[in-house]
Amino acid sequence: MSCCQSEEPKQNKDFDPSRRTFLTATAAATGATLASGVTLYGIGATAVKADEPVTDKVRWGMLVDVNKCDKDCDACVVACNTEHGLKSHDRPATDAQWIRKVEVKDPKSGLEKSLPVMCQHCAEPPCVDVCPTGASFKRADGIVLVDKHICIGCRYCMMACPYKARSFVHEDVEDQKAHSPRGKGTVESCTMCVHRVDEGKMPACVDACADVGREAIMFGDLNDPESEISKQVATYSTHQIRADLGVDPGVRYKNF
Amino acid sequence: MKEVKYSEHQSTDKGYYGILTLVATVIAIGLGAAYFMEHNGHYVTGMNNQIVWGMPHVFAIFLIVAASGALNVASIGTVFGKITYKPLGRLSTWVALALLVGGLAVLVLDLGRPDRLIIAMIKNNFSSIFAWNIYFYVGFMAIVGVYLWFQMESKMKPYSKVAGTVAFVWRLGLTTATGSIFGFLVAREAYDSAIMAPLFITMSFALGLAIFNITLMLANKADNRQLGDKIVTKLGRLTGIFIAALLYFSIVFQLTNLYAAEHDSVQEYFLVSGGIYTNLLWLGQIVIGSLLPLALALWPGSQITQTKLYVISLLVCIGSFSQLYIIIIGGQSWPLELFPGMEVSSSFADGEIGLYSPSLPEILLGTSGIAMSALLIIVGMKVLKLLPKSLANSAIDPHCK
Repeated sequence: MSCCQSEEPKQNKDFDPSRRTFLTATAAATGATLASGVTLYGIGATAVKADEPVTDKVRWGMLVDVNKCDKDCDACVVACNTEHGLKSHDRPATDAQWIRKVEVKDPKSGLEKSLPVMCQHCAEPPCVDVCPTGASFKRADGIVLVDKHICIGCRYCMMACPYKARSFVHEDVEDQKAHSPRGKGTVESCTMCVHRVDEGKMPACVDACADVGREAIMFGDLNDPESEISKQVATYSTHQIRADLGVDPGVRYKNF
Repeated sequence: MKEVKYSEHQSTDKGYYGILTLVATVIAIGLGAAYFMEHNGHYVTGMNNQIVWGMPHVFAIFLIVAASGALNVASIGTVFGKITYKPLGRLSTWVALALLVGGLAVLVLDLGRPDRLIIAMIKNNFSSIFAWNIYFYVGFMAIVGVYLWFQMESKMKPYSKVAGTVAFVWRLGLTTATGSIFGFLVAREAYDSAIMAPLFITMSFALGLAIFNITLMLANKADNRQLGDKIVTKLGRLTGIFIAALLYFSIVFQLTNLYAAEHDSVQEYFLVSGGIYTNLLWLGQIVIGSLLPLALALWPGSQITQTKLYVISLLVCIGSFSQLYIIIIGGQSWPLELFPGMEVSSSFADGEIGLYSPSLPEILLGTSGIAMSALLIIVGMKVLKLLPKSLANSAIDPHCK
C-alpha cells in the first residue's frame, strides 16, 4: 500500500444529512466502537444498499481547492493507481492514466497552478452521447462509467471527451482488482471510486490528499444544499473546466 | 439507344488468377496483422492515448467514403436519366458494395474488441452518430443489393428507378453521417464543423468516381472490351467537376476557421507549421489531389485519354487519402484545449502535439481492406454480368446509329 493511502478510508460526512444531530453522532460513535468499519459506512443515509438502485436525488461531485494542491505532490495519482491496479509499462503514450496532475501557467502573468484532472463526470457527458453501444453511461447519481462487458473498443468516446480523461487499455492486464475490472481492448476512466462511494466511503484520491495533510479535494453531494461541497460552491467562486461547452462537469475547481 | 449486352468477365488466363492470388495474399497478410495487433494489444501500433484513431481508420474511411461515391455513376443513369451512364450502372453498384465491405472490414478489425461486433448490432445508443452509421452501412448494403438486382433482372427493371432513388438518398445520408462523426466532436478544434458533412459528400463524389474510373478501365483492358473516348471524356470531365466541388468545400472550411480568432492557432498549425500535415495539405491535397487533376480534366480544349483518366483518378485518390490523413490524424494531433489561453503540461501529454507514426501492421491491415474490395470486384465480374460487352462510342451514344 502506498504511503499516501490511508489504512482505513474515511466516512463521507455528506452522506448522512442528520449527522449533525447529537443522537446520530452518538449512534455513529457507538457503532464505530462496537461494529466493524463496514457496518459504520453502511449507516450513511445516501449510500446505496446492495438491493436498491442509485437515485438522482444525489449528484456526486468533487471540489478541488487549487491553492491547497502542491505541484510536487502526486498522492492522488498514486492512490488512484493503487486502488485500481493501474500499472505503468514504461510506455507513457499508451499507459492508462485515470487522474493526472496538470501544470497550468498564465503566459501573461506567469502565474502557475497545479491541479488534478480526471473524468469530470459531466451532467451532459459527450462520451455517453457518442458511444454506439451504450457502454459509456451515466448513473442516476451522476457518476460516468464504462460497462466493460459491452465496450467494443471503438475509442469514439476518447475522441469526444473534452478532458482527455479516458484511456484505452493497450495491453494485457494482470493482477486486476476485483472491484475495478479492466480489459484489454476497452476504454476506461476515473470511476469516482464508485465501489467505495456505494459503501459510503470516500474516493481514494480524496482520502490520499487528506492523508498528506492537504485536503485539497472535497467529495460530496452537489444536490444536497446542506452538504459541505454545496455550501462551498454556493459561497465561493468555482471553476468548471471548459464550462463553455455546456457539459456541466461534476468536478469543480476553487481558487483557480 | 441500342440494347446493351452484358457479360461476365471472359478471360481465364493466368493473369486473372495471378491477380486473384495476389489480392488473396494481401488479405491474408492483413488478417495476420490484425491478429497480431489484437493478440498483443494496440501498444504494438502507432496509436496511443493521444492519437486514438490511426492508419486503419484512414484506410477504412477512405473506402467507406469512396463506396457511396462509386454509386454515383449508377445514380446519374437511373435517377437523373443520363442514358450514357446507364450501361455502367451495374458495375458502379457492385463497386460501391465492394468498397463498403472492404472499409467496414478494416474498421471492425481495428476495434479493441472485434469479437464483440454482435454487440454493436444489437445494442444501440441512438444519440450516437456512430450507431446511426451502423444502420446506414447495413441499410446501404441491403438497398444497393436490391438496386443491383432490379438493374439485372429484366422483370424488375421498371422498379430500378425507385430503387436507385432510394439508394441515392441513402448514400447521401450515409456520407453525411460519416462526415458528422467528426462534425459532432465539439471539443476538438480541428473538427466541430457542420461543413464536415457536405465536405465528405463532395469527397465521396470525386474519390468514388476516381476509383470507379480505374476499375472500369482495368476491367475493360483485362477483357479486351472496347471503351470509347466519349465515355472516357465524360467520366474525366465529371471527375474534374467533382474535384472542383471538393476543393470549394475544403477552401470554405479553412476560411471559416481562419475567420474565427479562437481557431487562429490550429489554423496556423495546419496551414504553416504542422510538419507532415502541412506538407500533406499543400502538396498532397491541394497540388497533387486538386489543382493538377483539375487542370488535366477541365483544361479548355484538352482531350481526355485513358492514360490521362488513369492519372487524374490516381491523383484524386492520393489527394483524398492525404486529406483524410490530415483530418483524422492531424486533427487528433492538435492538443485539446482544457484551459484556453494558458500553457499546460502533464504526464499525459497535455498541451503537446500528439505524435504518431503508422506501424507496419496498421498499414498491412488497411491495405488488406483495399485488397478485399478488389477481390469482391474481381470475383463479382467473373460471376455476374456487370460489364457491357462494349462501351465503344457507337454502343453508348444515343445519336450514333
